Amino acid sequence: MEKTALYNFHKNSGAKFVPFAGYEMPIQYKDGIVKEHINTRQFAGFFDVSHMGQFFVSGGRSTELSLEKIIPLDFKEIKMNQSKYSFLINDEGGVIDDLIITRVENGFNIILNAACKDNDIKEIAKCLNSESKYELRKDLSLIALQGPKAETILESIIKGVKELKFMNGNYFKFLEKKIYITRSGYTGEDGFEISVPNVIVENLIKLLTYKDAKPIGLGARDTLRLEAGLCLYGHELNQEINPIQANLKWAISKKRRETGGFKGWENIKKDLQNGVSKIRVGVKPAGKIIAREGTKIYSNTGEEIGIITSGTYGPSVNSPVAMGYVKSKFSEIDNKILIEVRGKKHEAKVSKLPFYKKSYVK
Amino acid sequence: MSEKKYSKKHEWIMLDGESATVGISKHATEMLGDIVFVELPEKGKSLNKEEKAAVVESTKAASDVYTPVSGEIMETNQPIVDDPSNVNKDPENNGWFFKIKVKDKSELDSLMSQPDYEKFVKDNPN
Repeated sequence: MEKTALYNFHKNSGAKFVPFAGYEMPIQYKDGIVKEHINTRQFAGFFDVSHMGQFFVSGGRSTELSLEKIIPLDFKEIKMNQSKYSFLINDEGGVIDDLIITRVENGFNIILNAACKDNDIKEIAKCLNSESKYELRKDLSLIALQGPKAETILESIIKGVKELKFMNGNYFKFLEKKIYITRSGYTGEDGFEISVPNVIVENLIKLLTYKDAKPIGLGARDTLRLEAGLCLYGHELNQEINPIQANLKWAISKKRRETGGFKGWENIKKDLQNGVSKIRVGVKPAGKIIAREGTKIYSNTGEEIGIITSGTYGPSVNSPVAMGYVKSKFSEIDNKILIEVRGKKHEAKVSKLPFYKKSYVK
Repeated sequence: MSEKKYSKKHEWIMLDGESATVGISKHATEMLGDIVFVELPEKGKSLNKEEKAAVVESTKAASDVYTPVSGEIMETNQPIVDDPSNVNKDPENNGWFFKIKVKDKSELDSLMSQPDYEKFVKDNPN
């Protein structure tokens, strides 16, 4: 089992650990998931996401064209220091992983899911030619600082970060070392993702703590992203689901949706033209019943129409929240559906996403 | 009132005359974390010892609560349904789950005393 550079910090902060994607990661700290969640929404919280892969690919235009085979973005359109959310696509159009890619000096930084990163690198390497160089940066930690106070807190430690616009990054200096910060995150809050050398990550965390930002575990990360309507790989996304079914058409560049030229294009083109048979939706139970992953979804007339892929209680909306896949004709917002929990059918409806309104800085 | 007893599935039970009050132990709430949903049995329902009686859910997962003795459900604690965090606040008093009319008091004999339960928890940390 691997540990991040902050393992001892987590331990000393009263973390409860769980094995996650081969790492021992904090699921929660002493305050518990609900308080951690609320603290992120109302003040600021930081997450150790160093288990995620920080993968750097360098090269020129031919490297970009190679990456375009497996990532459905128009690389010409990605400006210096701009980040984009997208995917690695397999031959059938399914999602190998979802990712954030940022254009940096001499190449791209790609943030990969921890559980997928080894396979991702193999898949990316297959597409690259000899001009491209790549490296998984294990010497770097990744810290997400999220919440309405994230900007004030980080600006007081690293001057200039407040100038960053959402989904943009830049290099900054921290303790005489060059670090890279993007304005991004996965909670539905404003915030930053800070790529910082392992050797100084604890210094950064101490300063964040000193400014009253609280450590947040994977438990609250899940409730936050679910309220924000964001997909989690292995739940809403997998190799059998394509981006159109996942209702993430926007994450394929407009030009690429027209001209294709990436893996799985034939299937994706078909779904773009003819519509999908099933699609990801938000599901809001009428009462307090929580619809967990695997819960079956039925139409009002009792026809089985889909399945829940993530579900929990949303502390900020104070009600259960879920996402799942339903047959497209049942996917209209506010459509009444039924969820089967412990053998009983309960009322629910298709809900617009996000459940919780985000406040990104444009 | 008699001594509070505990089951291996982390329920507590306290006998008072013919009926008993049942809840989940403080240790159980610490393992579960924040409780965000509680489902209680119907009044009048008859249950056998170790049968599923209630459900508690944290943000992470759902868990069953079993009755440590056989009997008929007489009363349930609505305040923990209305605000499940009441279970975390006071699991072994105000956070009780249900009262059950005990069919056979001898079923309590196989349950653990508080010191025995504490030892059991220490030996079985998960």
